Amino acid sequence: MEKTHTTGGAAAHAEEHSFDKKAIWRTFWILLIITVVELALAILEFETGFPPKFLLNGVFAILTLAKAFYIIAEFMHLRHEIKNMIMTIALPALLFIWFVIAFLYDGDSYKKLRNRYDPYHKESTQPKKAPEGKETQQPGELH
Amino acid sequence: MAQVVPANQKWWAGGRSPFNVEYGKLMMWYFLMSDAFTFGAFLISYGTIRFSSNSWPDPNFVFRSFPGIGEMNIPLAFVSLMTFILIMSSVTMVLAVAAGHSNDRKGVIKWMIWTIVGGAAFLGCQAWEWTHLYHQGAWWGSNPFQNIDGTPSTTNFTNFFFTITGFHGFHVFSGVVINIIMLIMTIKGVFDRRGHYLMIEKAGLYWHFVDLVWVFVFTCFYLL
Repeated sequence: MEKTHTTGGAAAHAEEHSFDKKAIWRTFWILLIITVVELALAILEFETGFPPKFLLNGVFAILTLAKAFYIIAEFMHLRHEIKNMIMTIALPALLFIWFVIAFLYDGDSYKKLRNRYDPYHKESTQPKKAPEGKETQQPGELH
Repeated sequence: MAQVVPANQKWWAGGRSPFNVEYGKLMMWYFLMSDAFTFGAFLISYGTIRFSSNSWPDPNFVFRSFPGIGEMNIPLAFVSLMTFILIMSSVTMVLAVAAGHSNDRKGVIKWMIWTIVGGAAFLGCQAWEWTHLYHQGAWWGSNPFQNIDGTPSTTNFTNFFFTITGFHGFHVFSGVVINIIMLIMTIKGVFDRRGHYLMIEKAGLYWHFVDLVWVFVFTCFYLL
């Protein structure tokens, strides 16, 4: 009984482990559509300034993670491995959550401290309010 | 890898891989993890510097050129083409791995050639982009672009751009070399004699990782 189960299991196993052409192309279309949507949003923002940039950045982060998921799960086939295998990759990758938050927070903190304690830095990196001097450059101009 | 897996398998009881993959593939995954943290460190340090700056150049303005058309205002068109090429070559790589699963030598050869073509096309695009930016005056230590609010920009932007896309481009280049070696080994029938195409799978993992990194580079440099 054990033996018949094993052979049956092997066939089913080979079936689910072999690459499904349909799934490959479905993943391709998902990746392509997400990329096109990202571009459309970027261009929309560039032309009209409509979706506020901070909102758009959140959307881009989510869409990027979605693309990463599909590449790892389907193309790299991790979704079809056993749980032990998935966990040995997924758990260390969770460190990135801390990594990103800690370092972006650190950068932001440095910016605030510098603006507060170094008035020259703040003044020289902020856009000039009124055209007092004639040296003010046009935005977007190469210098 | 078709392997007989009985029900109630005790994975950690010894005698076989508790991860149900062969040694080389597991080590490729661990190598990719370490590489992911290398790229992660690069991209996060870029993020830290960007978060510590009062302003930053606008990617929609910097990356608006296309070969043959020149300084047209079509933001991000060229880099989208590059993204499409890389996704496409990832698909042909999966198809090569799938062909390897059914020991279909001709299929593997066909899809490996397409993958190599895709990788070479991506490298060509990147070479054009770098050359174009170089002629605009952008290089390590030199940044001709202003910040989005019109203030003068530091060289942080170009330093990070060239370092990170360069490091990624170097990965693409080594991926193409690995794929060419795999193609030669396939043509010579090495994997047929071995009885399996697991090496194609490992090369495939590396290639998809390169695509994965590009997804993040694309977002960090061109979209955000």
